[in-house]
Amino acid sequence: MRPSDAYLLGLALAVTLFAASFADAALGLARERSALARKAELVERLGLTDLVLFTEARYTRHPSQADLHSAFQDHPFALDHFPSGSLLPPPRLKGRS
Amino acid sequence: MNSWIGKQRNLLDFTLSSLSRRRGKTLGMLAVYTSIVFVLASVMLFSHAIRREAAIVLVKSPEVLVQRMVAGRHDLIPARYLDAIRGIRGVQSVEGRLWGYLFDPSAAANYTLMVPASPRIEPGKVIIGDAVARARSAEPGDLMSFRAHDGTLVQFKVDGAIGRESALVSADLFLVSETDFRRLFGIPEGLFTDLAVSVRNPREVGKIAEKIDAALPDTRIVLRDEILRTYESVFDWREGMLLVLLAGAILAFAIFSWEKASGLSAEEKREIGILKAVGWETGDVIRLKMLEGLVVSLSAFLLGYLLAYAHVFHLGAGLFEPALKGWAVMYPKYRLTPFVDELQVATLFFFTVFPYTVATVVPIWRAAIIDPDQVMR
Amino acid sequence: MIRLTDVRKAFNQGRENEFWALKGIDLSVEAGKVTVFRGPSGSGKTTLLTLVGCLARPTSGRVRLKDRDISGLPERFLTDIRRSTFGFVFQQFNLLKGITAIENVMIPAYPLGIDRTELSRRAHALLERLDIAPKARSNAEWLSGGEAQRVAIARALINDPEVVIADEPTANLDSERSKQFLDIVETLKESGKTVLMTSHDPLVCETAVVDRVVSLRDGQLVERGG
Repeated sequence: MRPSDAYLLGLALAVTLFAASFADAALGLARERSALARKAELVERLGLTDLVLFTEARYTRHPSQADLHSAFQDHPFALDHFPSGSLLPPPRLKGRS
Repeated sequence: MNSWIGKQRNLLDFTLSSLSRRRGKTLGMLAVYTSIVFVLASVMLFSHAIRREAAIVLVKSPEVLVQRMVAGRHDLIPARYLDAIRGIRGVQSVEGRLWGYLFDPSAAANYTLMVPASPRIEPGKVIIGDAVARARSAEPGDLMSFRAHDGTLVQFKVDGAIGRESALVSADLFLVSETDFRRLFGIPEGLFTDLAVSVRNPREVGKIAEKIDAALPDTRIVLRDEILRTYESVFDWREGMLLVLLAGAILAFAIFSWEKASGLSAEEKREIGILKAVGWETGDVIRLKMLEGLVVSLSAFLLGYLLAYAHVFHLGAGLFEPALKGWAVMYPKYRLTPFVDELQVATLFFFTVFPYTVATVVPIWRAAIIDPDQVMR
Repeated sequence: MIRLTDVRKAFNQGRENEFWALKGIDLSVEAGKVTVFRGPSGSGKTTLLTLVGCLARPTSGRVRLKDRDISGLPERFLTDIRRSTFGFVFQQFNLLKGITAIENVMIPAYPLGIDRTELSRRAHALLERLDIAPKARSNAEWLSGGEAQRVAIARALINDPEVVIADEPTANLDSERSKQFLDIVETLKESGKTVLMTSHDPLVCETAVVDRVVSLRDGQLVERGG
């Protein structure tokens, strides 16, 4: 086989897979629709406010509930020793003090 | 037309054979390039999926939360605040919420304790999140006991576990009855952690928040919008480690683009001279080098992206786990919903394939305009 | 076929190390003949070859190919003419390393977009003709001097040019190989090609196949019939 044919074949395969990844995402999204709805329903029922991404500290477990106002409150703004603290900025408040 | 295609295929053949002549260098380049694309694409897919999921799921979080602040700390809020808020026009309902954290010494983990309004949980029973069940290898029917604030033992019988499906919002939950919650922490009746307010007309949320703030000056108010915005910027590129990753990737990319652009080896120059002497046009030489760049960068992009897609959506983004988990004991086992932003992918494509291809062509341009007679000198 | 009128060529013109390699050459090369440019090194014979073969343009003077003035043509057209009219065999052979002999032979034809099967058939036929077919799949750097030269000749012939140009073809060969090369030149001449060579090798200049020897010294002709 010519090298160019082999490469084009490989490229076609990769492009097909690339396209397939979008199809897979669309399918996955369709499949997860109901799960998303159930998750949202759980959030509503339990009154949840945050994602369980980081369970190290109060302000990373419930970043939206972290209180900026408190004196000396630990906060993602601070350089600290939790890696997750560097993944999320302080909550942006809506021009209210 | 046929001869045009024939020409491109011939050029591609030659491109591939000249790449395979420098096999070590080509493969090394491809590997570095692929891993850069892989890292960037993984971060991009992961953070986009998390943000979209948060935006969809948390849209059902409480509209307004009222917390009481005492001496700069979040404090328990008395039930009379409920009545004060109920009196504000436009407020549909107010509920006192009870939640907090419970340290479990046997797993060395912190759980998020909550008293749900529904389902109402019977005293002595508990519903646990998936990560709690895994941390304690607990199954329905098992008993778990904790020491209350006064040293007495409080025992819970596991009534059920929340499915793994919703781990992203529920993994560390420990749902108990109001009685047990108050007994564990010694919180008397009439005190709550915070208040959840729902509003009749969502457009009035801001106004009602102002009214609550005016009526109850020692409170802090968290709006649903603010919760959502918190998660809009999670994994933002400016945040610490992501910035480091991004900077690393960009630097690596710049280094090898520069290495490419900074010039040709004497060997490459000689080859270009030969090609021109045997009858290749400057344009053919440039096309050849562009194909070389394109072959490498296109392959690296496709490979890196596909690996990243599989990594994030089918292998649970395992490489990010150590960073995301950090020093936490519990880490939710979730499968991300595959939200893919085509525009982001296109941007990634543009920024990885285009500069490299250009970087390979620039020095060639300089070399290709050299007179072909220099191979005779 | 090729006519040079008062051709001069300068290197590094306008700079301190300006150097005139050719100082006014009037010459015509006949079609179907074998012509040798002879002279000591530095006499300008290679430069003359590059001008005749459209690899370079003269600083002044005219080069006419079949009554067409090509000295003023832009690079693009020059490349086109070079590709269709001339085949080059360089002194160092200038084969590309790392790829096979047959691929080296096919390189000049790639930009023409010829079908690969046809091209490969043609290349094989040429290698066959030059007695080097068994080495078709060897990488260029594994070939001996004589083999490399024959591959280089095959490469020069792939686009079926009218003129074959060879720069010091026997410089890297022993007498035996040099004779074989001259035999090849003879077959080229028989098939109607014009052959141009540079050489200061008496073996080349004095063979019967050579129709004309043009002597150069210090960038000027020292004409002597052959």
